[in-house]
Amino acid sequence: MKIQKYAMVVVFLIVGTSMAFAADVGEELALHQQALDMIWLLLAAALVFFMQAGFAMVEIGLTRAKNAGNIIMKNLMDFSAGSLVFWAIGWALMYGTSFGGLFGTSQFFIQGADTTLFRDWMFQVVFAATAATIVSGAMAERTRFSAYLIYSVVISGLVYPISGHWIWGGGWLSSLGFHDFAGSTVVHSVGGWAALAGAIVLGPRIGKYVVTGDGIMSKAIPGHNLPLASLGVFILWFGWYGFNAGSTLSGTDATMATVAVTTTVAASAGSIGAMAVSWIKFKKPDVSMSLNGALAGLVGITAPTAVVTPIGAIIIGGIAGLLVVVSVEFIDKRLHIDDPVGAVSVHGVCGVWGTLAVGLFGATDDIRGLFYGGGFGQLGVQALGVLSVGVWVLLTTGVLFLVVKKTIGLRVGHHEELAGLDLSEHSTESYSGFQIFTTM
Amino acid sequence: MKLIIAYVQPEKLTAVKQELYKREIFKISVTNALGCGQQKGYTEMYRGVDIEVNLLRKVRIEIAVNEDFIDSTIEAILVGAGTNTIGDGKIFVLPVEQCIRIRNRDTGSTAIG
Repeated sequence: MKIQKYAMVVVFLIVGTSMAFAADVGEELALHQQALDMIWLLLAAALVFFMQAGFAMVEIGLTRAKNAGNIIMKNLMDFSAGSLVFWAIGWALMYGTSFGGLFGTSQFFIQGADTTLFRDWMFQVVFAATAATIVSGAMAERTRFSAYLIYSVVISGLVYPISGHWIWGGGWLSSLGFHDFAGSTVVHSVGGWAALAGAIVLGPRIGKYVVTGDGIMSKAIPGHNLPLASLGVFILWFGWYGFNAGSTLSGTDATMATVAVTTTVAASAGSIGAMAVSWIKFKKPDVSMSLNGALAGLVGITAPTAVVTPIGAIIIGGIAGLLVVVSVEFIDKRLHIDDPVGAVSVHGVCGVWGTLAVGLFGATDDIRGLFYGGGFGQLGVQALGVLSVGVWVLLTTGVLFLVVKKTIGLRVGHHEELAGLDLSEHSTESYSGFQIFTTM
Repeated sequence: MKLIIAYVQPEKLTAVKQELYKREIFKISVTNALGCGQQKGYTEMYRGVDIEVNLLRKVRIEIAVNEDFIDSTIEAILVGAGTNTIGDGKIFVLPVEQCIRIRNRDTGSTAIG
């Protein structure tokens, strides 16, 4: 009897302590989970922020020396102005309580935010700024600076968050099963379509298209610093590990390794694809096309990165590399739209391709593409997403650019453009003391 | 034989080349030049501080021509570089004593043309 009593006490003690222990472990695990998420997302946000430097270097390298300072100002200001407006209204429109799946309606000025929301805002604001900065390249060397500032605020505060809400903020596209892991459509297509609208409304640079007896001839306007452009591409590639792998949104989701691998092989296949096509088409492996090819592969793999196999990723990247060369040529020589850095081809065309590739190469149970026995269902949803975001962005930014053109003017004057935007818009030189001015 | 030297605004170089091309003058040498004329310079800004730039950036064009091309060359430069504003530049016409093509030792008008 006595022994039984003792045994009961011992049992209670054991059960009691182990229950208490279990509770401790649970708390401990949650804390670790939180800490890992926090560290991973802030680290990834910093990597994506660094892509701003990459975009600036690519754009400067592929354009003329007389406009370099203006490009720095555009890239600095689209982040600075964009992040403030994304704080004020962008986040709310994208992630606030949904209004019929169309846009968010709460958390303006990220009111009532705790550290978790601060973390998520930090990770999202760098994506919004990426979308905004893409456009700068297509409109380089001829855009009025004040007009650029206005455009930049509107795209970060309004255009990007609303289509972003449809896909990432719990809107109507995401409820249809549309999959865009890190933003081929949400970020890159939005930037690419806005770049297309901007380049069309703005018109080509002086001397880019010459009317001759046999029609319009496209002239090359070579960039002034290829090493700077390639540094920019490497910085972008580096930052892309934050862009894609960070989009696991969790520091304990081991998918990030898959994502890092597919991202790497797709970018490699992209640059090889572009090099091969340019080698065949132009007889020599073209440097700036190969650089664009790496970016094309990266943009292409951004949507499907988490759901494809490495072989799928290589095919996606390789086709993106091929597409970018063909598209740059088509936009320049057939459509006669002047896009100095190929932003429309890299981000618009390859963003579309990457989004559709989810429906072709998806290899997981949830996302199964056409080539892996999943039928046309996913591909259809992806195509619908591509189409609706394309129409939304082209319409809104097209109207925006036209309004700016009619009111304050979108373009600098003839003389300002010839003399260079550094002198005419900012009254300063980027390479003071260097003699590089006959390239004007 | 004359040597025509012109100093023009850098951004007018393309226009001058096009005008020369129209008049079938294809041979040209171009160098960067810094100079100062009546225009006296302009002001640049660096971190809010004015910089007096008194040596202006110009492009120096040299074209050696035979007698029958002198007028059309001058006309091309005037049309291409002229904006009727201060700083458009100047044209100098100098006599040339001799011209020798290094490749095959042609001399005189043959070497220029």
